[in-house]
Amino acid sequence: MIIVALYLTIAMVTLAALLNVYRLIKGPNATDRVLALDTLYINAIALIILLSVTLGTRMYLEAALLIAVMGFVGTVAMAKYLKRGSVIE
Amino acid sequence: MLDRLTFPQPWLSLSLFLIWQFLSEGVSGGSVVLGLVLAWAIPQMTQGFWPERPSLLKWWRMPGYLVHVLRDIVVASFDVAALILSARQPRSAFVVYPLELTDPLAITVLAGTISLTPGTVTVDVSDDHKSLLIHALDAETDEEVIHSIRNRYERRLLEMFE
Amino acid sequence: MMHPVAEYAISALLLIGGAFTLVGAIGLARLPDFFSRLHGPTKATTLGVGAIMLSSVIYFSASGEGIGVSEILVTVFLFITAPVSANILAKAAMHIDVPPAEGTRGKPWEQ
Repeated sequence: MIIVALYLTIAMVTLAALLNVYRLIKGPNATDRVLALDTLYINAIALIILLSVTLGTRMYLEAALLIAVMGFVGTVAMAKYLKRGSVIE
Repeated sequence: MLDRLTFPQPWLSLSLFLIWQFLSEGVSGGSVVLGLVLAWAIPQMTQGFWPERPSLLKWWRMPGYLVHVLRDIVVASFDVAALILSARQPRSAFVVYPLELTDPLAITVLAGTISLTPGTVTVDVSDDHKSLLIHALDAETDEEVIHSIRNRYERRLLEMFE
Repeated sequence: MMHPVAEYAISALLLIGGAFTLVGAIGLARLPDFFSRLHGPTKATTLGVGAIMLSSVIYFSASGEGIGVSEILVTVFLFITAPVSANILAKAAMHIDVPPAEGTRGKPWEQ
């Protein structure tokens, strides 16, 4: 039963990622694109967790932690760039 | 020289230490020592960014507040989900929220809470720290938004911080 | 063999999490302006990943591998950072004058 739920969830999260890519391409503003990227990395974290449950191993969770940290820093840096025109002042 | 050896942000140090124990596989002598070094060094290095000590007076009320907020997040997500899936246009609005809190940390907590709960996102804090600009996804009136935030969150934070 | 209650709980949490993630993405794709789009990802997606994460915690503790702290850390981290990214993106949008949708009451302030 878990395996069916897993596959359904993976399908849903993948569809969500595709919708994010649609927003990433369409824009229309730069902030929309950054927001789409931000959501995309959260979906990537979800997919990694689903992968690690499917395979029954904990190894991938460290990667999820790294993506969470790096994605947040990336979003903040891009938003700051849009606001100020530079990342480090 | 002596204040170089203290922990200027005890709560930050404690959370850094605990997070380090969680990150290193299993608590061992090495992880405790390294955790203590990090819990001392990171607050010292970032001291310039935290000019004032946070004044969380009644910290034991924090878990209750977090449970309250977590419940609201779940409810909020169902609301937002229903709105996204329904066909009608949302009645969005920018609302200026007059703050009663004055402590910067308390305002940060309130702003974060607002962003995670029913149909509202904090957009900006005014330069004089007296009001917040909130974007509400679906609101009949501005008063409704202000009233619910005041009663649900700001009262509790006022009790905790001031 | 896993306890049936744990199996039901894991499956339900997985489906709820997937559904919320999808709803967040639908909101991002179909809401009319940037400020409304901000709502979908900050709430629905964060909760969706939280539910998926919780199911993973239950899965690994039910299959006898102990409680995973890194999942819990990722979830806590996401819940702390979601409002911060939303706020800083909204500020950037205000700065570059992203127009709100037709019929939005009030307007961003100037300062």
